[in-house]
Amino acid sequence: MNLTLYVWRQNGPEDKGKLEQYEAKNVSPDSSFLEMLDEVNQGLIETGIEPIEFDNDCREGICGTCGCVVNGQPHGPQEKTTACQLHMRQFSDGDTITLEPWRASAFPVVKDLVVDRSAMDRIIESGGYTSAYTGEVGEANQTLIPKPLAEYAMDAAECIGCGACIAACPNGSAMLFTSAKVAQLASLPQGKIEAAERVQNMTAAMLENGFGNCTNHYECEAACPKGVSVKFIAKLNREYIKALPK
Amino acid sequence: MILDGKCPTGPIEKTWDQHRFDLKLINPANKRKFKIIMVGTGLAGGAGAASLGELGYNVEAYCYQDSSRRAHSIAAQGGINAAKNYHNDGDSVFRLFYDTIKGGDFRAREADVWRLAQVSNNIIDQCVAQGVPFAREYSGLLSNRSFGGAQVSRTFYARGQTGQQLLLGAYQALARQVKAGTVKLKARTEMLDLVVVDGVAKGITYRDLCTGEVKSSWADAVVLATGGYVNVFYLSTNAMGCSVTAAWKASKKGAYMANPCYTQIHPTCIPQSGEHQSKLTLMSESLRNDGRCWVPKRKEDCEKPASEIPEEDRDYYLERKYPSFGNLAPRDIASRAAKEQCDDGRGVGPGKRGVYLDFEESIGRVGEDTIRERYGNLFDMYEKITDEDAYKQPMRIYPAPHYSMGGLWVDYNCMSNVPGLFVLGEANFSVHGANRLGASALMQGLADGYFVIPYTIGDYLAGVKPGEVTDEHPEFAKSREEAVARIDKLLSIKGKRSVSSFHRELGKIMWDNVGMARSKESLTSALQAIPALREEFWQNVKVTGDNSGRNSQLEDAGRVADFLEFAEIMTTDALHREESCGGHFRVEHQTDDGEAMRDDENFTYVAAWEYKGEGKAPELHKEPLKFENVKLAVRSYK
Repeated sequence: MNLTLYVWRQNGPEDKGKLEQYEAKNVSPDSSFLEMLDEVNQGLIETGIEPIEFDNDCREGICGTCGCVVNGQPHGPQEKTTACQLHMRQFSDGDTITLEPWRASAFPVVKDLVVDRSAMDRIIESGGYTSAYTGEVGEANQTLIPKPLAEYAMDAAECIGCGACIAACPNGSAMLFTSAKVAQLASLPQGKIEAAERVQNMTAAMLENGFGNCTNHYECEAACPKGVSVKFIAKLNREYIKALPK
Repeated sequence: MILDGKCPTGPIEKTWDQHRFDLKLINPANKRKFKIIMVGTGLAGGAGAASLGELGYNVEAYCYQDSSRRAHSIAAQGGINAAKNYHNDGDSVFRLFYDTIKGGDFRAREADVWRLAQVSNNIIDQCVAQGVPFAREYSGLLSNRSFGGAQVSRTFYARGQTGQQLLLGAYQALARQVKAGTVKLKARTEMLDLVVVDGVAKGITYRDLCTGEVKSSWADAVVLATGGYVNVFYLSTNAMGCSVTAAWKASKKGAYMANPCYTQIHPTCIPQSGEHQSKLTLMSESLRNDGRCWVPKRKEDCEKPASEIPEEDRDYYLERKYPSFGNLAPRDIASRAAKEQCDDGRGVGPGKRGVYLDFEESIGRVGEDTIRERYGNLFDMYEKITDEDAYKQPMRIYPAPHYSMGGLWVDYNCMSNVPGLFVLGEANFSVHGANRLGASALMQGLADGYFVIPYTIGDYLAGVKPGEVTDEHPEFAKSREEAVARIDKLLSIKGKRSVSSFHRELGKIMWDNVGMARSKESLTSALQAIPALREEFWQNVKVTGDNSGRNSQLEDAGRVADFLEFAEIMTTDALHREESCGGHFRVEHQTDDGEAMRDDENFTYVAAWEYKGEGKAPELHKEPLKFENVKLAVRSYK
């Protein structure tokens, strides 16, 4: 199949950036979206044009490195699918595809489709953990955890930290990302003890790092490649209220 | 030279405890005076950096990814082993030790493996305390499943994302230390050189992948946890950024590369679909708990849909050849068996390079919902890639390069032969011998990071004056100059072939000649092809852009250049090892029924190679292996 691409090119954070048109020819429907970009890049290299920079690593949909906005949708049109797992059979011959980086004030552009997501790390650093020192901790089976609770925590823990939820949100909010970690840890006995401090620190870090607030658009859930549910945002709000001074 | 791994002696079950007691300590107030560099933030590096930070050391952690949460440990699917014996099925530390030694085809050190088995239980405790949401029974107890090469259920898991959950646990522990100020994180950086001063590792030179700047950093000790090298095959299950670069740079500065020919070809990967392919995707070994491998008995049935081949015309070759382990035969054996069927012309799918992994019987036995609960994400991933529904028709799978058992040589303390340079996880050679068993990589990464390096590094640092050598030393400037010169050289060639075309060609040479079946002839021909390709690379590679900012072509070029050197030493090792063991299969050395034939008399040693410069033969150093607790025996899974 043959496709027309409009790709955001921006040479560094200071550059203004613009969309450039490229042709993708003889694309195999079995190739992944990023493999299609590889092929386009090979063509650009041959003509002496600098290839399109895009972040990617595992190409298995788990590391959370890749991601760009494809025709207005973070990670593209397929539900619960990262850009690297999106395959070209989802498109048709002659399609036009527009590619842009994650757009959020907390994510400065590094180059082309690559953005700086370190603000998400800073949210985790503010409290997204249990304070368990390496070494003498209790025997694993001493604390029983009901299966439904473990499954609930795992549903939240599925988050791959790609930032699609933030890119999808009209407010550039990191609420889904933050709530997934808050909910995972607050629901488990190991994380309960620090739950109040954690939710306060993490929500504060969210605001400090330039993320917007949540106004219940639910675009985040729709864009999430792992299907992390907005029910965790409700959980975060409950945890937040519980943590308020009595 | 005969190498000494400095393993403790005496009764094996006391070795680690006694050694831990014998190691020198550093008092808490002095720890903050020492600076440690950790390169890599996967399971080993993340866990190690976090634990060293907790102890009070000044740690600098480097990773090439944009965040320390993304290392390729994250892609491990199936699980992590521990000798908890929760199922009362006969497991013990000794059995895990025994299975790992046997699984590694008697080419690993006993003491290292014992320690791994011993601390395996602590790892599970630690991860649970971090809030890792392992799978549980309705009773609230932790759940287990089985993996290849073991007859007990000792594998802990978190759906099909165990690596992700364990890595996030380590990442969160690391984040806590970043907040506490003990760890400084340098994401989007790539190590380009090890700085060695008077024979001792004292720092690294690295490139900032956003700005292109080449900088150095000094430390009292350098720890590499930089993963494996199977991207030398181009197509592998590794992430795109995985490379041998850090380890190879250390090797060129004097660190020995041990057993580089031991590479693991994983039996259950999605077969290649075309020339456009950039990587191969693993389907977890845990699938073999419920999936049955088969090919048609007759060649003429290969083109038919699986559903039209009746039961009696199917060859469940693993169950036939290895009745006691069946579909849970270890990886090297299952991979070779799959290749054998395909070589026999009975493969399925494009190019007939594939075998079926069939869930029909399990779905009939436990129901589709149970299978979905166990492996749902893997079936989804399979469908996204192949457009086939594995609940309705069997998966097609084929072996693919997955893991490297070989790596930098280390002693029992995880220190290389270069004092001050420590190596953890997949980057070292220590515990998996010639074949790694499933669910053991996560175990080793976390064992090295949480429970080995925090003890052993202190013993080394106790003899070092903190901050004695800093980046003022002329070796640092020299190292930076060399790194910059190499970057300039790569950019100045302006040839005709892209970086990835060289990588693909190297991968093909390696897969065809140094892959699942190796012979004197194939290895000799690879040893001619590799230097020729390397020469062409340095004459004709085309690297676009410049070094003023992010340039992924330049990053790749550096990595491929290192693979082009490393490939030669890997092939040399494979040629020298005139036996078959684990993942190293020499066609000249096999039994009548095609099983690997070891030569214990001549090859019960670790082969550690010293780099002697380009065009010069590397020098072989041997570390003899002793088996005092597990009897050397023919490894049988029949």
